[in-house]
Amino acid sequence: MSIYQIVFYALAAFILGMALLAVTTRKIFRSAIWLLFTLIGVAGLYFWLNVEFIAAVQIIVYVGGIVVLIIFSIFLTEQSGKEMPKTTRGRAVAAALAVVAGFVLTYLLISQYGFYPVQEEFNSEVARIGTDMLRTDGEGFALPFEVVSVLLLAAMIGCIVIAIKPSKQKEHE
Amino acid sequence: MVYAQYVPLIILLPLLSFVVLGFWGKKSLKPMAGMVGTTVLLVSCALACYTAYQYFTLNGAYQPVIAIQGTWLEFTPTLSIDMGILLDPASVMMLVVVTFISLMVHLYSMGYMKQEERKGIFFAYLSLFTFSMLGLVISTNIFQIYMFWELVGVSSFLLIGYYYDRPSAVAASKKAFIVTRFADLGFLIGILILGFQAGSLDFQTIIERVTNTNSEQYANLVGTHYLGISLLTWALVLIFMGGAGKSAMFPLHIWLPDAMEGPTPVSALIHAATMVVAGVYLVARLFPLYHLAEGAQNIVMLVGVTSAVFAAIIACTQTDFKRILAFSTMSQIGYMMFALGVSGYGGESGLGFSASLFHLFTHAFFKSLLFLAAGLVIHVAHTNNVFEMGGMRKYAPVAHATFLIACLAIAGIPPFAGFFSKEEILTAAMYYSSTVYVLALITSGLTAFYMFRLYFLVFWHKEASVHSHHSEGCLSQKLPLVLLAIASILAGFVPFSQYVSADNKPFHAELHLSQAIAPVAVALLGISIAFALYKKESSKSDQFARAMGSLYLGARKKFYIDELYLFVTQKVMFNLIGRPAAWIDRNIVDGMVNGMAAATAGFSSAIKGLQSGRVQQYALYFFGGILALALIFLYIWK
Amino acid sequence: MNEIPVTHILFVSTGLFFIGMYGLFTRRNMISMLMSVELILNSVNINFVVFNKYLYPSRLDGIFFTIFIITIAAAEAAVAIAIIINLFRSHQSIDVDTASELRF
Repeated sequence: MSIYQIVFYALAAFILGMALLAVTTRKIFRSAIWLLFTLIGVAGLYFWLNVEFIAAVQIIVYVGGIVVLIIFSIFLTEQSGKEMPKTTRGRAVAAALAVVAGFVLTYLLISQYGFYPVQEEFNSEVARIGTDMLRTDGEGFALPFEVVSVLLLAAMIGCIVIAIKPSKQKEHE
Repeated sequence: MVYAQYVPLIILLPLLSFVVLGFWGKKSLKPMAGMVGTTVLLVSCALACYTAYQYFTLNGAYQPVIAIQGTWLEFTPTLSIDMGILLDPASVMMLVVVTFISLMVHLYSMGYMKQEERKGIFFAYLSLFTFSMLGLVISTNIFQIYMFWELVGVSSFLLIGYYYDRPSAVAASKKAFIVTRFADLGFLIGILILGFQAGSLDFQTIIERVTNTNSEQYANLVGTHYLGISLLTWALVLIFMGGAGKSAMFPLHIWLPDAMEGPTPVSALIHAATMVVAGVYLVARLFPLYHLAEGAQNIVMLVGVTSAVFAAIIACTQTDFKRILAFSTMSQIGYMMFALGVSGYGGESGLGFSASLFHLFTHAFFKSLLFLAAGLVIHVAHTNNVFEMGGMRKYAPVAHATFLIACLAIAGIPPFAGFFSKEEILTAAMYYSSTVYVLALITSGLTAFYMFRLYFLVFWHKEASVHSHHSEGCLSQKLPLVLLAIASILAGFVPFSQYVSADNKPFHAELHLSQAIAPVAVALLGISIAFALYKKESSKSDQFARAMGSLYLGARKKFYIDELYLFVTQKVMFNLIGRPAAWIDRNIVDGMVNGMAAATAGFSSAIKGLQSGRVQQYALYFFGGILALALIFLYIWK
Repeated sequence: MNEIPVTHILFVSTGLFFIGMYGLFTRRNMISMLMSVELILNSVNINFVVFNKYLYPSRLDGIFFTIFIITIAAAEAAVAIAIIINLFRSHQSIDVDTASELRF
């Protein structure tokens, strides 16, 4: 067992353990923290896979952005101190059964297929990612890049519109 | 012979009058309603007489003429319902009778119904009835006659229930319709048997095929037996059941006395002269077949004799003016029926047939005269009970004179019309069986008795206790009385058997004076007994009634036939059949349907919980579905 | 270096995916449901990167997919928070069962 493998199995256990804690804990703030750790674990996995750029993006956007956003929303909806209600026994059992069945099926399929890796170097330098992002020929991703920009703009506007408080005039009507 | 040009008009003009008066008779045409109806009938009657003149001035055998025929409903190429006009001696004679009597009744109604609020409708109904009756008599096809049969029943229903604000009138019209409808059930089954076996619904074709004893149809009808009776007899008896219902023969006679709730002109037209003879006409139409099936003919005779005697006995005890006349009608129609029942076929032996139709002819005149005169007298006296009337001869002279003539005619006193026709019937009965002859003789004595009992009670008996200021009636009411009286006198002299006979060959009916003595003597006996008991007010009639004891009481109550029917329908049919059927309908049939609906509703409310509005549940179901589909597609269905 | 079979890495991502599904079905809180959705998206990201690196190393498609997914996940989380805040205003609670007006 090389260190390479030990690191992977440790990371895997960490990710799955934190995720389980995130979905089962009763206190919502703790759930957000376990989610934070899960996302950090996933970033660690990216580091282990040698895709550093993605790992960095993961930490910046997910951990630094989304989890913070979630924590802010917990505060905004005044939930931080309370305990969440326990889920009904029936629903928990049904969900667990369905999920376990799905997992077994999927993993069976995956292991039967047996993915065979290609023995080739994977070049994921940041420079290469940057060049490819703005290339307009066959291998370029300029179009999705522009589309995602538009989507971000739309999402920004949408969020503001949805979340805005109704104006004073409308309240008097 | 271009009959087709004008004969349809005879029938269609009253229909046109019905439509016109039906639409416009309520408001715009109301004052003219009587004029419209009467004029139309005048034209129809003139055309009918012209047709009779054209038809009967042939020499030799009278051929049935089909003026018009058209296929209406085709079941198979050989079996179809046609509509057509058949002219043969019987139908031409009936055309004349129906149009003439209807004309007289229209004329009378113009005066009788003058103050009536709904007289437009009344004349419309009268025209409808005339159209239906005329259609009935010229039918070529047994189904056509059935259709017009029902139409006549409807018109009778409408006219009996004309005074719809009187519950008794409404009940009477329902009773008439239901009893005749029930009889028509038998009629329909008979039609179906006959039509199916004979392969055709046309009268001439049926008669041709079945009377030919070599034909296949005859063999089928006579050979097939059901419960020991041949199909032919079954068919004819069932058809006769329909005729018996319409003609108020025993035991389907219960509707006729109640039908007197209708206005008097209606009674005169429908329940005396025309509709009630439809049964006789039907048997006459199918007479060659009845002659073949002796059993059926015997039943006709038995029913006729029974009705004649039965009605005569009851009529001796009744107190309502029109009901006495109603039972008299039933008795006379019984005469016509049994005359058909005793008749032979061909030449002299067909005397019964000719006599029956001759009596139909003369009876129409004097019976409608009796009813119309009764209408006048009832109007003057303001009561229907003959014991409350008396001495009416001073207040209704024209009615008195014509009524007397009609009574003499019905009693069979020469030289009035009834004598000749009754003579022939009695002669035919004598040739057949002496029992029937004796019964018929006794009945004619009873007829004379009760008719003159009526006459003396109304016009003599006592001084008029009802001093009314009503005049007798206007000219339009008196003129028909006079015309009908003249007809009652003269109609007997028509050499009827020269025109109408069973095989359409004219023959000479001998009038044997020796045979004529017995009926006349019996009639005079009846008249004198009535004179003794009723001319002057006395208690002799009551003593006589008490002496008769239970027979008198039974006859007074019409021998409890109505009560028997009521018992059977209410206690037996309603309780044993009606109630269970209703229970089954409500609980089982409806219960099944309701149960299905309830089951569906229950099922739907059970599964509506699936749509709870909770997103997580939807997600769970969604994922479960995907899982299931994945399993199916991967492992089960390759 | 490649002694770990690809299927083991895929085990991690599959496990993460179904843990996220469990959280989606079970949690009453709308914000918790959002967290579970983030877990699912992360598992998909891992899959893309793994397939790209081990099966198609000559191209960068998987990397780019991952980048865009992360971007879109961020935008979607923002919109989701906006909706949750709106629902909180009208129902006074973020229990997802109170927002069940679309029932039978």
